[in-house]
Amino acid sequence: MPPPVWLPLLVLALPFASFLLLAVVAPLRRAGRAAGGVGIAAMAAALAGALVIWLAGYRNTATWAWLPGDGGPMATVGLLVDPLANAMLVLVTLVSLLVQVYSLAYLGEESAPALGRYYTYQSLFAFSMLGLVLSPGFLQMFVFWELVGLCSYLLIGYWYQRPSAARAAVKAFWITKLGDLGFIIGIVMLWAATGTFEFETLFAKAQAHALAIPALGTIMFLVYLGAVGKSAQFPLHVWLPDAMEGPTPVSALIHAATMVTAGVYMVARAQPLFALVPDVLTLIGWVGAFTALLAATMGCVENDIKRVLAYSTVSQLGYMMAAAGAGAADAGVFHLLTHGLFKALLFLGAGAVIHAVGSNDIFRMGGLFRAMPQTGLVFLVGTLALAGVPPLTGFFSKEAVLVGVWEAGMTGPFLMLALTVFLTAFYMFRVVFTAFFGRTPAAGHAHEPPWAMRGPLWLLAALTVLLGLRFAAGGGEAHGPGWLAPLSVGLALAGIALAWTMYQRGALDPRRVAAAFPLSVLDALARRRYGLDALYDGLYRGFVLALSRLVGWIDRYLVDGVLNVASALTLRGGDALRRIQSGVPQDYVYGVAFGVLLLVVWARLWMR
Amino acid sequence: MSLGAYLTLAALVFAIGLFGVLTRRNAVGILLGIELMLNAVNINLVAFARFHGDVAGLVFTLFTIAITVAEVAVGLAIVIVIFRVRRTVEADRLDLLRG
Repeated sequence: MPPPVWLPLLVLALPFASFLLLAVVAPLRRAGRAAGGVGIAAMAAALAGALVIWLAGYRNTATWAWLPGDGGPMATVGLLVDPLANAMLVLVTLVSLLVQVYSLAYLGEESAPALGRYYTYQSLFAFSMLGLVLSPGFLQMFVFWELVGLCSYLLIGYWYQRPSAARAAVKAFWITKLGDLGFIIGIVMLWAATGTFEFETLFAKAQAHALAIPALGTIMFLVYLGAVGKSAQFPLHVWLPDAMEGPTPVSALIHAATMVTAGVYMVARAQPLFALVPDVLTLIGWVGAFTALLAATMGCVENDIKRVLAYSTVSQLGYMMAAAGAGAADAGVFHLLTHGLFKALLFLGAGAVIHAVGSNDIFRMGGLFRAMPQTGLVFLVGTLALAGVPPLTGFFSKEAVLVGVWEAGMTGPFLMLALTVFLTAFYMFRVVFTAFFGRTPAAGHAHEPPWAMRGPLWLLAALTVLLGLRFAAGGGEAHGPGWLAPLSVGLALAGIALAWTMYQRGALDPRRVAAAFPLSVLDALARRRYGLDALYDGLYRGFVLALSRLVGWIDRYLVDGVLNVASALTLRGGDALRRIQSGVPQDYVYGVAFGVLLLVVWARLWMR
Repeated sequence: MSLGAYLTLAALVFAIGLFGVLTRRNAVGILLGIELMLNAVNINLVAFARFHGDVAGLVFTLFTIAITVAEVAVGLAIVIVIFRVRRTVEADRLDLLRG
């Protein structure tokens, strides 16, 4: 029996109802844990709905007129439910639910109003993300695109009393806005050329070769810019590592599993349009692969456990984009889904570690495996999946991406991605060996987290393993050249081995390795984040601030000056005119008499 | 005598009255000037009535004289009150309406 039509709408409405309830009913929000209960209940129901839709393979498009226009509505809102959206629905609702449950314990020491605020934002985020996933057209997608950006801003700045968090929130907002600017311009240009925002109409035109717009390359590039900002592609990736100032569950949900993948989702959704402009696709592929490599090198020198994960997220987003650029958007989305699971797992695991140790620095951890074996085990599962070791899910999806890129004949990006496989395994196991197996005991008294945190961890780990086993049993391997799987596994194992030699065995001193040429140059560059942050900083200071100062000067002295002069003149003039009113009646009679005289003369001379 | 002579006389009397109104500093003098101007009008009205053979002008004149009397009575009363309050009737000093 197919599920009812209103089910997707219900899935979308539930988080929104929860958001409204929490936003409007202040006592409920201030109650903290009760607010969490509301959010979790709504998410659980939404997850159930999403699962039903997904299992039924539901497909439907429902739109309603939105902006009225001549000859049919100018824009519509609605729901587009297809297998791509279904899978995303399940991922978003599942990770949202797990993160909300986890947060109940992770943020348990927060004050009740702050916790209520957190769940209000979380509900709003879930609604926005689901709305984005279900968008049937570019315009609705853009609206929700901005909404998730807003939620990201609010949640990064959750601890807004900390200046660094407030700054990171603003940075994330602004940098993604840079990309969104291109996105909206692209959407509007596309609309001006075709007169529609709808995906299905556009795809039909693309199939019928009726989409011969001369500027299509420019338009799709601008649309892609939105994905560059949102999915943290080079050179707009700098906001994502800073976004780690937010609470760890937020990083797991928004900055690993869902929001940052919106760019990939959009490119995959608009694949038929991108397919028309091979140049832009090639660019997407190269930028994605380059992002993957660049972020991986930065991950190798980072000491903050969350920032390592952030760089690895940037790197994996690069994989997805590279796959989309190679025309294998399916592989990209596949990686998106598996990555969403194991990266959320890694972030939540890191959260448990941070919760226990009270520090983000991996070199202040050590031997944690003995103190918290369960967390260590699930973290290891996530790490192996990320490194691409079979039979975990990450292996299959990464394999699919590599096959897609190789078969598209993009040798350059393929080599970069292959090198990234090695680096990914290296920097992730650097964290694992240092934090969990290192000999120096951890600072503080490490202990296993409560069950509200362990439950989601175990569930995600189980999914990673079980789905991987299912892919292995079902022949989920991508059909690429035979040498590809051994190569990628070999590279991953080499990375693990190198990390083991350097950080566990101590046979190689990391400092000496880093000092050897040419690694020393790379090391110095990566530590300075390739000067990109400094570059943006400089541009901001030199350009934006200078411009604002100039505008401020113009406003203060030119605009205000003109107004001040005008008002002074008016005052002076009024004062001068005031003196005409002498108060002596004879003066007025003079005026009347003189006026009459003038009239008489005028009548005599000109009115003949 | 022609109508023009009467009108010239009326114009002269009006001008003298206007001159008085404009130049006199004493409020009573100003009232006298106004009186002259009104009477110049009366001369005009009577002259036109006589030369056009229309009685309406004479009737108008009677009204004007009555109104003039009333006006002078009120005007002088005001001047006296002003004198009591301000101890002066010089028009230049009476500038309460100055802006």
